[in-house]
Amino acid sequence: MSDQHEAEPSAEPYVASATAEGADAPQPDGRRPLTGNMIIQAVTEGHSVVLTILAVFIALLVGAVLIVASDPVVLRAWDSFGYAPGTAFTATWDSVSAAYSALFEGAIFSPATVSAAFHGGSIAAIFYPLSLTAFEATPLILTGLSVAVCFRAGMFNIGAAGQWIGGALVATWLGYAVHLPIVLHAIVCIIGAFAGGAVLGWLVGIIKARTGAHEVILTIMLNYVMYNFLTFLLSSQSLMQAPRQTNAVAPNIAGSATLPHVGGPPPQAGVGFLIALAAAAGTWWLLSRSTMGFEFRTVGASPSAARSAGISVERVWVLSFLIAGGLAGLSASTIVQGQTAPLTFNSYGTYGFDGITVALLGRARPLGVLLAGLLFGALDAGGTVMEAATGVPADITNVIEALIVLLVAAPPLIRMLFRLRSTGAGPQAVASKGWSG
Amino acid sequence: MTTTLAPPTPVRARVLDRRRYLAPTTFIVLGVVDIFVFGLFAHRGDAVFALSLPGATPKLPGIHVPGALTAYVLGVISIGVGILRAVVDLPRWGKRLSIAVVLLCFLLSLLAWADAGNSVGPLQIVDLLQGTLTASIPLVLGALAGLLGERAGVINIAIEGQLLTGAFVAAAVASVTGGVWLGLLGGSLAGGLVGAILAIFAIMFLVDQIIVGVVLNVIALGLTNYLYDRVMVPYATTFNSGNTFGTLKIPVLGNIPIIGPVFFDSNIFLYITYALILVIQIALFRTRWGLRVRAVGEHPVAADTVGIRVLWTRYRNVILGGLVAGIGGAYLTVGSVGFFTSDISSGFGYIALAAMIFGRWTPLGSVAAALLFGFSYQLQTELSVLRVPVSSFILLMAPYVATIIAVAGLVGRVRPPAADGQPYVKA
Repeated sequence: MSDQHEAEPSAEPYVASATAEGADAPQPDGRRPLTGNMIIQAVTEGHSVVLTILAVFIALLVGAVLIVASDPVVLRAWDSFGYAPGTAFTATWDSVSAAYSALFEGAIFSPATVSAAFHGGSIAAIFYPLSLTAFEATPLILTGLSVAVCFRAGMFNIGAAGQWIGGALVATWLGYAVHLPIVLHAIVCIIGAFAGGAVLGWLVGIIKARTGAHEVILTIMLNYVMYNFLTFLLSSQSLMQAPRQTNAVAPNIAGSATLPHVGGPPPQAGVGFLIALAAAAGTWWLLSRSTMGFEFRTVGASPSAARSAGISVERVWVLSFLIAGGLAGLSASTIVQGQTAPLTFNSYGTYGFDGITVALLGRARPLGVLLAGLLFGALDAGGTVMEAATGVPADITNVIEALIVLLVAAPPLIRMLFRLRSTGAGPQAVASKGWSG
Repeated sequence: MTTTLAPPTPVRARVLDRRRYLAPTTFIVLGVVDIFVFGLFAHRGDAVFALSLPGATPKLPGIHVPGALTAYVLGVISIGVGILRAVVDLPRWGKRLSIAVVLLCFLLSLLAWADAGNSVGPLQIVDLLQGTLTASIPLVLGALAGLLGERAGVINIAIEGQLLTGAFVAAAVASVTGGVWLGLLGGSLAGGLVGAILAIFAIMFLVDQIIVGVVLNVIALGLTNYLYDRVMVPYATTFNSGNTFGTLKIPVLGNIPIIGPVFFDSNIFLYITYALILVIQIALFRTRWGLRVRAVGEHPVAADTVGIRVLWTRYRNVILGGLVAGIGGAYLTVGSVGFFTSDISSGFGYIALAAMIFGRWTPLGSVAAALLFGFSYQLQTELSVLRVPVSSFILLMAPYVATIIAVAGLVGRVRPPAADGQPYVKA
C-alpha cells in the first residue's frame, strides 16, 4: 500500500470507448501527508486505508450476525421478545461480546495477564497472544508473497499449496535423513524448502512458457498431484513414512534442524517470523528496486508491450513462478521446522489458498501482504481461543477474512454503503486478466 | 484491451512446430509403457472382465483374455498410431480419433495387467462404468455451470463454492422438510444465489472475476463449516437426517445388458445431467439464444451495437450456471450419501473447471473430460477391491498428470471466449 504511487497500469475494463470512467483520473491516494483536512478528505473520499477499515468493520458485523443467528440462547431470548424485550437485547450483546472479546484476547492482548503480572505472574504471558498471532501469520505472509509475486507478473498462482508441499517434503527429508551441525542444519533445510517449492513453481512456468498452457489449470492440477504424492510418500514404509507407523506421517526432524522460538515451545513466534519479515523485505526489493522486478511488473502490465520493449516474457513467467514457488516452500519450512509435530498427509492445510486472500487484501504489495498476513494471523489465533472459550466455531474467522477481501476488492460497494463521495478510480485491486492473460 | 488481441506470432510458430512431435511422442511412450510395464509385469494367466453385476439377470459370460499378450498387442497398436500421426497429416477428426484409440489401448492394457491371474475375482466392468458415470455427475454439472458463464464472458471460479452451498442447503432443506425434491430445488437455488453474488460483484462492481470466484469459495467453505459445526452437528436429526433419492430404473432401456445398468438404472440426477448436457449443447450452438450468448462472450461491443443486452445476458448466464452447479451440489448430498459433511465437495469444483478448459468450453468436450476424471476415481476403487499392488495415490494422481500432459501437449493453447474475464462498461 505504501508504494501505491508507482504508476501501475492495471487491466482496464473492457470499454466500448476511450472515455473509461475514471481511467485517467488521478489516483486519489498518492503519497500525501495526512493532516487535518486531509484526513477528513480521506475519510469522505474513501482512502484505501479507510476503505479497508470499513471493510473489516462490515465483515465483523456480518460475523456478529452469524454468531447471534446460530446461538440457541439468543434465539430463545428473541422468541420471548414480547414478554422481555430487554433480555433479547442483552442476550444478543452478551453472545457477540463474549465471542469477540475472546477473539481479541486470543490475538492481541488479554487484560487478565496484565493484572496477573502485577501479582507475580509472568510478564511474557502478556505478549503470548501477540506471539501466537505472529506465529499464525508467518506461513500466511509467505504464501501471500508467493501469490503476490505472480500477480505482479500478471499471473495467478493457485498452486501455492502444491509448492508448499514440495518445500515441506524437501525440508522434512533433509531434517531427518541428513545429519549436520546445529545452525547449519536448519539453514540447509530452509534452502532445501525454498528449492523444493521453486522446482514446482519452475515447472509451471516452463510448461506455460513452452506450450502456452494456462497457469491456473496447471497449478490446480499440480496441487492435486502433490496432495496425492505427499500421501503416497508418507504412507510407504520404504519411502518417507515414520518407522512403525500406520498413519501417513513422516519421521520427526532432528532437533538441530528446528527453528528456535522466542520463549517457550511453539506455537509461538520465532525465527520463522523473522524469515517471513526478511522474505517480505526481499520481495519488496526484488519488485520495486531490481531490474528483474521491473521486468515482472512490465510483463504484468502488458505482455505485448513488454515483448516490444525487448523483455523475454517467457523468461519472466518462468522466473516469477520459480520465486513464487520458493516463497511457498519457505512457508512450508516455517511450519515443518517451526512446529514440534511431524509432517502429515494434511499438513498443508489451507496455507496455499489463504495466501491468495492475503495477497489480494495486501494488493500484491509486500508491505500490504505483511499487514494482511498479520491481520489474518490475528483472526486465526483469536479464532482458536474464541472456539475454546465460547464454542463459536473458529471457521467464522475464515468467513470474516474472505468478506474483508471481497469488500476491499469492491470499493464502489463500500462507498455506496457509507455514502462516501466517489472520486475517480479509487484503489484498484490486483487484476489478473482472465484466461488469455 | 488490445493486449490480448495481438498474438505473439514468432513464438507461436515455434511452439506449433514443437508441438507437432508432441502427440506422436506421447503416443509412442504410452505404447512402450503398455508393452514394457503392463505386458512384462503382468502375472501369468487370463484377465477376466465381468460384463454383468453379480446376481444380475440375464447374466453375460465374462471375457477371458491372456493378460500379457493383450498388453503387447495394444502397445503395438499405440506405437503404430503414433508413427502414423508423425508421418501422415491427419484431418481433425483423425487426430481426435487417434487420441481416443491410444487412450483406450492404454486403459485396456492397464486393466489387463491389473486383473491378469488375479485370484480375488474378475474386474467388474459394469460397476466400473456405473461408478464412472455417477462420479462424473458433479463434475459435468460444474463444468456446464462454468461454461454457461464463460461463454458470456464471465469467468466462474466459484463452481466449488456453488457445489458446496448447493450440497449444504440441499441436505438441510431435505432434512427439515422431509422432501428430497425440495432439497434439490433448495440446493439449486443456493448455487444460483452464489452465482448472483458473483455476477453482482463481477458485473456491477467490476471486481476481477477470478478474485471474486476464489473469495466466494473461501466464504462458502467457511460458512458451511461454521453452520455445520454450529447447527448441523448438534441438531443432526433436524438438519442433517440424510434423506436421499431412490434409484429410478428406466422401464425398457434399463433391462439391456451392460448399457441398461450403466446408463438407465440410477437416480434422477443422472437423467437431469443427460438433459442438461443436451439442452445446453443445443442451446449454445443451435439457437438464436446461444448465438447471442457467444457474441457477448466474444465481442461485447459488437453485440451491444446490434442491440443485445450485454450485461443482462451476463447476469442471466452466471445465475443459470449457479443453478446448474447447485444441482451438482445437491447430488453430493441428497443424490448420494444424504448427509452433509465438512468440505463435501472436496475440490470437485476446481476439477470441473479443469474439465471445462480441457473440453475447450464446449458441453460435449467438458463431459468427455469429466468422464476421464470420474473413470480414474472409480478405477482406483475397483483396483483396490482387486488388491492390485499399486498405490491408490499413484492412481489418483494419474488424471491430474494426464490433464497437465493434455493441456501442455495435446491441447496446447486453448482458446477461451475472447472477452472472457473482461468486464464490460457501456460507453
